[in-house]
Amino acid sequence: MSSEPIEPKEDLSGWTVLAPRGGLLDFRLGELWRYRDLILRFFRRDIVASYTQTILGPFWFVIPQIFTTIMFTVVFGKIGKIGTDGMPSMLFYMLGITAWNYFASCLSRCATTFSGNSGIFGKVYFPRLVMPCSTILANMMTFAIQFGLFLVFFGFYWLHGAAVHPNWRVVILPILLLQMGALGLGIGCIVSALTTRYRDLALGITFGTQLWMYASCVVYPLSQIPKEWRLLFILNPMVPIIESFRFAFLGGGIVEIWHLAVSAVLSAILLFVGLIMFSRAEKTFMDTV
Amino acid sequence: MSAVIRVEHVGKRYRLGTINRRMLYEDLQRRWAKLWGKDDPFAEVNASKAARTDEHKEIWALKDVNMEIKEGDVVGIIGRNGSGKSTLLKILSRITAPTEGRALIKGRVASLLEVGTGFHAELTGRDNVYMNATILGMTKQEIDRKFDEIVDFSGVEKFIDTPVKRYSSGMMVRLAFAVAAHLEPEILIIDEVLAVGDSAFQQKCLGRMNAVAREGRTILFVSHQAAAVENLCQRGIVLENGTLKFSGTQTEAISYYVSTFTQQTGDLRRRADRRGNGQIKVVAVELRDTSGQPIAVAHAGQDIDVYLFFENHSPGVARPSLTVTLYVKSELDVPVFTHNNVITGQTFPSVLPAEGAFVCRLRNLPLPESTFRLGYDIGSASVGGVTLDSLESAIQLHVEGGDFFGSGQLPPIHAGVSLVAGEWDFQSSARSQLVAAAHAG
Repeated sequence: MSSEPIEPKEDLSGWTVLAPRGGLLDFRLGELWRYRDLILRFFRRDIVASYTQTILGPFWFVIPQIFTTIMFTVVFGKIGKIGTDGMPSMLFYMLGITAWNYFASCLSRCATTFSGNSGIFGKVYFPRLVMPCSTILANMMTFAIQFGLFLVFFGFYWLHGAAVHPNWRVVILPILLLQMGALGLGIGCIVSALTTRYRDLALGITFGTQLWMYASCVVYPLSQIPKEWRLLFILNPMVPIIESFRFAFLGGGIVEIWHLAVSAVLSAILLFVGLIMFSRAEKTFMDTV
Repeated sequence: MSAVIRVEHVGKRYRLGTINRRMLYEDLQRRWAKLWGKDDPFAEVNASKAARTDEHKEIWALKDVNMEIKEGDVVGIIGRNGSGKSTLLKILSRITAPTEGRALIKGRVASLLEVGTGFHAELTGRDNVYMNATILGMTKQEIDRKFDEIVDFSGVEKFIDTPVKRYSSGMMVRLAFAVAAHLEPEILIIDEVLAVGDSAFQQKCLGRMNAVAREGRTILFVSHQAAAVENLCQRGIVLENGTLKFSGTQTEAISYYVSTFTQQTGDLRRRADRRGNGQIKVVAVELRDTSGQPIAVAHAGQDIDVYLFFENHSPGVARPSLTVTLYVKSELDVPVFTHNNVITGQTFPSVLPAEGAFVCRLRNLPLPESTFRLGYDIGSASVGGVTLDSLESAIQLHVEGGDFFGSGQLPPIHAGVSLVAGEWDFQSSARSQLVAAAHAG
């Protein structure tokens, strides 16, 4: 694609070309696939390493979730009296938090790919995308555990005749899970590529994620937003996702097909931009850290 | 044999200093101005584009490097610190991309820039072997196949299921190195990581490297220790200031490398490799015999005087503790001896004249026939250990012949880098008699 017209095209099959920059869309996903063993290794290392020698061990997977849920139920539900469209407020908040936590940790961990791994990246080559991918796997596992806990609470409420209406739409949730991962990866890649040059973005990401949560219908339903403002909220790709989660399990919330379509398209664009920026940054980021 | 590595016009530019302090806002303004065809709002007044890129904020660590390495070659890359060898290594191991040109590599590459990359203290030895080997590019099947061999090589079988945080540092290094030693890539790139572990283990590793080399793998070995290159490699490449200066057999490359240290004899004013604040500068180093005649070649056992002629660029500054050091290293960079006025308990005038010479009188020169390198270092301890002027290899010291032992005979350089005065005697008594005699005496 980038060969000069004068030179005859060389046969470079079998050669790895190390050049200043590759093709714009050359994400080398095939190479990433060859390194899938490594993705699993890092995934395993993350899990084992983060919970050995802690008193509560694996309970740390659910402790933040439980306490945040209680906190939100008390502060926003009981004190703030923000309505939940008739859904049980405990489940309402818990589901929102579980989905949001998964996305937020994908985002924040992907965003520190370069700065957090500069030691290992400076010593050995492997496709740099291995790191964010293994991170997303680890987060999926955390999500699975937290989601399991949610199901326990959900079952309890259901058996006691609470107003929950699980329906067939749960089948799209795995897709939404992947979409959140992709969105987190995309934005995380953009941020991590930018932080190789602008360090202060790393400081902003924690704060920014928190602000984003309050704009993402985690602590209130979309129906509480005045109609004229809703379009703006739909442009936040996380809003339709969280609303869908609630709709599938609790039967409340506003979800339309085009909301999900907008969200999916935005996620795809962000992922694409993220991958481009990431593959450009990975070639020379070692020179600037 | 066909080429497996081709380096074509490779250059690498580093920006110095300001890159991390650059603000996003400034960058965006710049882009915006460019988009609308306006002048760069941050460009310096009257500075043309060409002049700005010439700013000393950039350095070229590598410039227009071309080389080709054939399958099965064991190549040593030698060069001084800052010659660009680490940068070349980083480019070939894909840690960073070149700024211009390109490098082509055929086959699986494993690069060992350190041992134990990815080791995690909480994981067991077994997990870490898998982790490290996977990072270095081995597949799970390969590791399964080699696992016992690796553990055997490391000698930590008993602790393989213990977290490595309970290991001694020696055990950890052994395990890490065992993994590295069992890599089977087509191309192996090694930094000077061999300098780990005890000497027995080092020997084991070197043996393993040799075995790997004999299997016909291509090895790139980067070092500034000429001796290591001499032993391990067949071919050598010399880098200097970012350019490739020489490529040939390892012996040729080493002698070229050695000769670069002393090309610039005589006037030292233009030497760029000196360190120090420049308040005092040595402008020439001369060897003279005791009658004051300059000599080109010294003899073993000769009395010689080394003159360090200096210019004082800070007249009137008092330095009560001026330290002048002279040292000699062998061709293969082995330090042979050091002399300085603190060791000999002498002091120099605290205020130096505009010009003069420090003279080191070496007696009964204890060096065999060879070419040595002579370096000096002038420092002042009183101002917090400031280096005034220093050159690692100011001139060559050629030693030829000489009658050190009074017999006209000399041992060769490879038997030892220095000579020690002494003689042999013979006793016909048994050891017990000698011990008794010593006690009685």
